[in-house]
Amino acid sequence: MAAVRVEEVLAAAEEQEAEKRRSVVVEKELELEFDLGNLLALDRNPPPAAALRGAGPRREALLRALARDNTQLLVAQLWELPAERAGGAGGPLVARLPEPTFRLPREKPAPRPRPPTRWEQFARLKGIRRRKKTSLVWDEQAKEWRRRWGYKRAGGDPARAWLAEVPENADPEEDQFARLRREKRERVARNEFNRLRNLARAHRAGTAVPAAPLHPTGHQSREELSHVSRVARVSTASLGRFQPRLPKESAEPPSRSGGKKRRFEPLLGNLAAERSRQLEMLRDINSKKPVLDITRAVNKQMRQEEAEAAAAKGKKKQSQRGKRGRRQ
Amino acid sequence: MRPLTEAETRTVFEKLSRYIGENIQLLVDRPDGTYCFRLHRDRVYYLSEKLLKVAASVPRDNLVALGTCFGKFTKTQKFRLSITALDFLAPYAKYKVWVKPGSEQSFLYGNHVLKSGLGRITENTAQYQGVVVYSMADVPLGFGVAAKSTQECRKVDPMAIVVFHQADVGEYVRNEDTLT
Repeated sequence: MAAVRVEEVLAAAEEQEAEKRRSVVVEKELELEFDLGNLLALDRNPPPAAALRGAGPRREALLRALARDNTQLLVAQLWELPAERAGGAGGPLVARLPEPTFRLPREKPAPRPRPPTRWEQFARLKGIRRRKKTSLVWDEQAKEWRRRWGYKRAGGDPARAWLAEVPENADPEEDQFARLRREKRERVARNEFNRLRNLARAHRAGTAVPAAPLHPTGHQSREELSHVSRVARVSTASLGRFQPRLPKESAEPPSRSGGKKRRFEPLLGNLAAERSRQLEMLRDINSKKPVLDITRAVNKQMRQEEAEAAAAKGKKKQSQRGKRGRRQ
Repeated sequence: MRPLTEAETRTVFEKLSRYIGENIQLLVDRPDGTYCFRLHRDRVYYLSEKLLKVAASVPRDNLVALGTCFGKFTKTQKFRLSITALDFLAPYAKYKVWVKPGSEQSFLYGNHVLKSGLGRITENTAQYQGVVVYSMADVPLGFGVAAKSTQECRKVDPMAIVVFHQADVGEYVRNEDTLT
């Protein structure tokens, strides 16, 4: 009896092993195409059409088996890759994936071209083409190459121009410097206005307008830039917790309420830690106090002088008393 | 009720150290138990851990006071020490002033201490130093700020103020309603 049982057990074990081995090996008519960079496996084998027709549990089971087989083949391919242990001897086994070869289609629709601005339309009409300008210009005054505009430009800083010629047809009473400043202001305002109008036109036409804060114009204020940098810091998968930061930046990412909501330590938190922190603070406070207290030193000096003066006065009195006594 | 923040703790410790110097360590680090400071409705309380655990279960609106009130934070976050802290200031005080029996009552009514009422004063007291005021029988009466250093106290005329009054035990009777 026992022998029969043992045989049965052995046979069952063999069956199980064969089953396991069978499930690892997959037979396919056509080989699959693999793109391991994208973890992609393409199966061009035609599926049994009869079974796929009509919904039902049979279809589900068939699809599931298909998926399992293909995944098995993909995983087998991944195991063939050269692997190494990451982070030293005890780390996980890591395989380096090859470069992806399959071109993935666009996620979002292609952007439409933006409508031409008024100047672009005019230029096209007139046939004006862009002339490439050199970045440096020869400055005769300074006898060197200076940039065309900006810091230390050729022609000197217009704000420090000390001479403003009065044009022939101008009012002699008019302040030329004020006029130049006013005209510059107007020019800047007109340019800004036109830029915004072009943006609005692009937006109305439905083309993708880059979000104003992320579209650097060079005119961004400090607040805008700090806001953008704050947003960029938190726009990571771990919400900005492990971002590299500047030496003086804080460790916690900026709070969403903009620092309005205060956070306190828990009420019954680690009391031992609290005590040690307070002792540290006390040590800090005590170290800040000056060891040599000027007033105390001065007082001590004054006390000494007074004691000496009192002693001297006492001696003088004694000697005087003695003299008087002798006289009498 | 919440623990004090870094800045608040610093303010409180600086104020306390004006009266008791480095002996604050003995308040923070006690051999007979863990004591801590907690803030409730702008008042700073000093209490043991055991008491804290019990007080934590009282609703915030119903909690009036807990442990010993050391003082309160004013609207502009300045810390004002109250008379209820005297029990913890008196044993650790660095600079003491003894008041003659005649002017004890004057001090207990809230007046400053004049030179004529000054009995003894610790040597080396600096001007504007925090001092604890005692009666001649070594009973702590309150605390204040030295208006003159010990040196100057000797030379000044009898009607001059030597200690500015800040708190005295008479407040327990005078301000009975507002003390916590």
